[in-house]
Amino acid sequence: MGDLINALAVAGKSALGFQAVFFALLAIGLNVHFGYTGLLNFGQIGFALLGGFGIAISVSQWGLNFWVGVLVGLGAAVVLALLLGLPTLRLRADYLAIATIATAEGLRLLFRSVSASGVTGGTRGLSAFNGDFVSLAPWDTGQRYSILGTRWSGGELWVALVGWVLVALLCLLVWLLVRSPWGRVLKAIREDEDAVRALGKNVYLYKMQSLVLGGVIGALGGMVYVVGTGAANPDQFQNANTFLAYAVLILGGAARVLGPVVGAVILLFVIQFADTGLRALISNGIIPEGLLSATDVAQIRFVLVGLGLMLLLVFRPQGIFGDRREVMLDAR
Amino acid sequence: MPAENTPTGAHAASLGKGSPAGGRAPQRLAQAALRDVPWEVGVAKPDPAIVVENVTRTFGGLTAVSVDRLEVQRGGITGLIGPNGAGKTTLFNLLTGFDQPNTGTWSFDGRPLGKLAPHQVARLGVVRTFQLTKALSRLTVLENMLLGAQGQRGESFLRALVPGTWRSQEKANTEKALDLLRRFKLDAKKDEFAGTLSGGQRKLLEMARALMSDPQVVMLDEPMAGVNPALTQSLLGHVKDLREEGMTVIFVEHDMDVVRDISDWVVVMAAGRVIAEGPPESISQNQAVVDAYLGAHHDAPLTVEEEDQVLAEAERRIAHEENGEVIDSDTTTRGEGR
Repeated sequence: MGDLINALAVAGKSALGFQAVFFALLAIGLNVHFGYTGLLNFGQIGFALLGGFGIAISVSQWGLNFWVGVLVGLGAAVVLALLLGLPTLRLRADYLAIATIATAEGLRLLFRSVSASGVTGGTRGLSAFNGDFVSLAPWDTGQRYSILGTRWSGGELWVALVGWVLVALLCLLVWLLVRSPWGRVLKAIREDEDAVRALGKNVYLYKMQSLVLGGVIGALGGMVYVVGTGAANPDQFQNANTFLAYAVLILGGAARVLGPVVGAVILLFVIQFADTGLRALISNGIIPEGLLSATDVAQIRFVLVGLGLMLLLVFRPQGIFGDRREVMLDAR
Repeated sequence: MPAENTPTGAHAASLGKGSPAGGRAPQRLAQAALRDVPWEVGVAKPDPAIVVENVTRTFGGLTAVSVDRLEVQRGGITGLIGPNGAGKTTLFNLLTGFDQPNTGTWSFDGRPLGKLAPHQVARLGVVRTFQLTKALSRLTVLENMLLGAQGQRGESFLRALVPGTWRSQEKANTEKALDLLRRFKLDAKKDEFAGTLSGGQRKLLEMARALMSDPQVVMLDEPMAGVNPALTQSLLGHVKDLREEGMTVIFVEHDMDVVRDISDWVVVMAAGRVIAEGPPESISQNQAVVDAYLGAHHDAPLTVEEEDQVLAEAERRIAHEENGEVIDSDTTTRGEGR
């Protein structure tokens, strides 16, 4: 019983920590791309990488102010979106998917390469760049705080708080946008570009705006992540995270403002709960060692998540917030 | 082009009397204006809205469209007919910027449309519908309609964030959309997803959506395809209404009864070319049209003499090519015959 409560508490911390903010922001960006505009961006993590390293490089290598670093990261994300969008957005949707997936992986390999290590720190990455930000916390960040049976460091708490405020603001932004005529054009592009063209809308421009907006939100996610861990390492930005963000989006419900947020909280809760819970069951001998050892738990929890997603798609294909009628239209 | 198809004005007028709308002559200004126009391909119209010149479009070795000259009368309904693969839809795509031609120019109200993108053409007031209906399934019927409105302030990214800048305009557009929906009898469905509508209702919605932009030229690609007869009548009525509001309508259709009923002028295409033009009454008598639809020898089997003639002609041509320089075709034929 004590183990169960402990597992719930650990999972709850993970679901409210900066990792959840990271995935929520990645997924909010993807929601703008995929949920509303129908753009297939399979390299969202590339935007996050540029956001994170924008701060890390600016502060620890170039000695700039933290907030200048934030602007550098956002600017880099805009440039990446333009570079990806200019050649591919006039073409069919799959070309953007190919370009983004290759670019995200290419960027990671570039940032970890030996030749780039003078700037990016190579495989060791960069650290000591979040001091300016953490010192803004209204409480003592060196101390540890106990909240509902979980231990948080002051810094963690501060990053998570600012992160969730950021998530709330961006949800408000997305909500304002999608209920406006601008959002209506995006949704129409998702349904049929040619029809929108025939009605006098510059589809290319709207897709570009959507790509930039979603990319910038993804970059903010990367910033929260590197500030939360206190270090930026290219290998933190594996493209698997893009697909976890898609899982978050589908779990919460695509094309719903709060879908990605709820999805991120639930996904991280489930992953952490499965992890801690299984370990407790193994150490108590309830699951025999021969069946599952503690070292396998890290893999098994993702199997469980995959199983859960499959069940979700069978029984609730619209996600938690989605509208079933909308999803069923495609099946007709 | 057979010479007997060049009619006198009186001939055309007497045929015109038989048409159902003959009694409502005042509304059919375009028909009256076209009365004295000769039935020739590429003929100049009194008041053309769209002028097409020397437009060609090839896909690899296939010439999909090759139109030397075509003028479309303003304020009239021009029917575009032709067998499958005649290039009707390709011509539509070229005119609306969805495809770019290999050569040629065309203009709307004297403004060249050559290098414009589809949305720029639409903003000039030339809107189109599609052969395969493009209802935006996961938007409601009303949202579909609102999308058609032009010059919306709320469609710019920054102003979208300040609802005060676009709310009044949105309200006006909504009222206009509801009026149009009532006219097309879709007002009961306004909050349903467009994807739940039947095929015919989608056609209606697409036409209504196009009208939201207050177009000057409406191009309808097979508006009646797959629509039941009762709805066809209502669609026909709507198309006629467009003309009465002063719009220029160009439509592609296969149903000849429909074409005869509503068109002021009919353009026939086959194999990428315009093979005949004229009022609807003239078309069914036109030999080139009959040949295009049914084949040149559709009404009689080949006789033995005709077959020999065809064979001799073919042999003559082969010999022609083999000889290279030919002095006189007659001598070649005689030489072969021996």
